[in-house]
Amino acid sequence: MSILNLALLFAFGCFALAQLLCLYRVMRAPGFSDRVLALDTMAINMIALLTLFGIQRGTQVYFEASMLFAMVGFISTVAFAKFILRGDIVE
Amino acid sequence: MSILAEILVAALLVAGGFFGLVGAWGLVRLPDMMTRLHGPTKAATLGVGSVLIASMLHFWLQRGILSWHELLITIFVFITSPITGLFIAKAHMHLSWKRGELPRPASGVEWCTYGEGAENSPIVTVEGPEKPCE
Repeated sequence: MSILNLALLFAFGCFALAQLLCLYRVMRAPGFSDRVLALDTMAINMIALLTLFGIQRGTQVYFEASMLFAMVGFISTVAFAKFILRGDIVE
Repeated sequence: MSILAEILVAALLVAGGFFGLVGAWGLVRLPDMMTRLHGPTKAATLGVGSVLIASMLHFWLQRGILSWHELLITIFVFITSPITGLFIAKAHMHLSWKRGELPRPASGVEWCTYGEGAENSPIVTVEGPEKPCE
C-alpha cells in the first residue's frame, strides 16, 4: 500500500467524519442560522469527497460534479439567508 | 521525482483532511454562533482548497494531465466562502438582536438588516420601517 493510498484513506475518513458532524448539527441546532451554516459546510465537504473519489479512481469526470456542488451550495446558502432577512428571495 | 510528488500530494491530502475535520468539529463544539462561523468559513475552506490543489498536482505530476478545473473550483470556493459567512452573520443578527441593542452605524444611516422591507420576513418580526434615529 503506497503512501498516497494511506493519505487518501485518512482524508476520506476525516471528511466522512466531518460530514457526520455537520449532519448532527443540521438535526440538532440551537438556531436557524446554525442549520444553514451546517448545510453550507456539507456542500463544501461534498466537493472534497468528490475530488478524493476522483483521485482514487484516476478519472477527471467528477470535476463537473464538484463545480456544480460549489455553485449550488453557494446559491442555496445565499437564498436561505436572503429568505431569513427579507422574506423574499428575488426582490 | 515521482516519490517526491507522491509525498507532496499525500501531505496536502493529510492537511486537507485535518483542516476539514477541524472545521466541522468547530461547528459542533464552539459555544457561540458568531464563533461557530469561524470553523466552516476558514478551516473547512482551507481543507477543501488543499484537497483540490492535491488533486491538481496528482494529475499533473503523476499522470501528465494538466487541468485547471481544480484551480477554478478552489478560487470559486475561496471567493464565495466569505460572502456566505457575511450573509449568515447578517441573518443571525436579524434573528438575535433588536435594533436598539446594536451600536449605531456611522452617519445617520440604518443597518440594512433592519432597513426597508425587513418587516416581510416570516421568521422574525421587526418593528416597523426604518425611522431616523435620535
